[in-house]
Amino acid sequence: MFAEENGLHGDPRIKAISDAIRVVPHFPKPGIMFQDITTLLLDPKAFRYTVDIFVDRYRDKNISVVAGVEARGFIFGPPIALAIGAKFVPLRKPRKLPGEVISEAYVLEYGTDCLEMHVGAVQPGESVLIVDDLVATGGTLSAAIRLLERAGAEVVECACVIGLPLVKGNWRLNGVPLYVLVEPRLDDLECTL
Amino acid sequence: MSATNSDQSVTDDRVARIASSIRVIPDFPKPGIMFQDITTMLLDPVAFKDTIDLFVERYREKDISVVAGVEARGFIFGPPIALALGAKFVPIRKPNKLPGAVISEEYSLEYGTDKMEMHVGAVQTGERVLIIDDLIATGGTLAAAIKLLERVGANVVECACVIELADLKGRDHLGDKPVFVLVSST
Repeated sequence: MFAEENGLHGDPRIKAISDAIRVVPHFPKPGIMFQDITTLLLDPKAFRYTVDIFVDRYRDKNISVVAGVEARGFIFGPPIALAIGAKFVPLRKPRKLPGEVISEAYVLEYGTDCLEMHVGAVQPGESVLIVDDLVATGGTLSAAIRLLERAGAEVVECACVIGLPLVKGNWRLNGVPLYVLVEPRLDDLECTL
Repeated sequence: MSATNSDQSVTDDRVARIASSIRVIPDFPKPGIMFQDITTMLLDPVAFKDTIDLFVERYREKDISVVAGVEARGFIFGPPIALALGAKFVPIRKPNKLPGAVISEEYSLEYGTDKMEMHVGAVQTGERVLIIDDLIATGGTLAAAIKLLERVGANVVECACVIELADLKGRDHLGDKPVFVLVSST
């Protein structure tokens, strides 16, 4: 669901966050309007708003783990984890984590990739929030959900700064709700996602 | 692992808990390397919060306007510090990740070279910058990050890391730039 439709209608912070995101056309390839959050990080107020909105939503939900998807999930996840007193668990590309891992493969446009989590980072029954900067097809987040569920955790929600419903009106990924602050901006140009 | 008492590192009750929360993994990524794994510290909310607080306490009055974090573990520690200081966070990334115009700095690895990149315009001339990474080993990565920031006219005030591998003497490879660490490991 969009934050605006879920209690934050008219909240000026949402516009400030959206305005702070830079759209870079045709990156990494033609037709993609890349939503660049680095400009949001250069605006301390807007970055603060982003974290605050998520923290306000999740503070009383008994979440014990925030899992962040490498690499931009590492920027948004830890401040949320720190504010709600949860563990932070990095979900990483292959061979980065030094200890014993569990891996989950997922499909890319061409080929596959893999997400890994340390064995023992999450205990069965823990309530988990997954954080990434953006949700597009949902492939990465689906893999993240599968990893956490294989460890016996309950994924309460996936939170992203930017995203769209996966199919019109569908705000669930493998049954897990998706919470998004802003939609991708196209500026004046047409785009096919 | 010990928390040493010198003016470049810290003796504080919180440091003992932080030090003991870090896991050492032998022979990763290759035989002979004792890898300092901070992911276990991130599983201890008190230790993680204390880590951030120790850095924020040090830099709060130092007029830092930019915290630059080196991909990827610098992305975990840098943003909470930036938020607490009211500073910008600037990611320093591996090649071809940043979508806009970038400046690049090449640096040496044990075998071969690598490159780090920063967005053009992220940092203005004269800004006071803190560079963050989880660990300093040889100092090669931090030295390259310092060069990158100085090329845009920034004033690198200090480098800050959770852990220092003291035997590798990384701090001697940063020119005149000081490095502040919480835990020194030998």
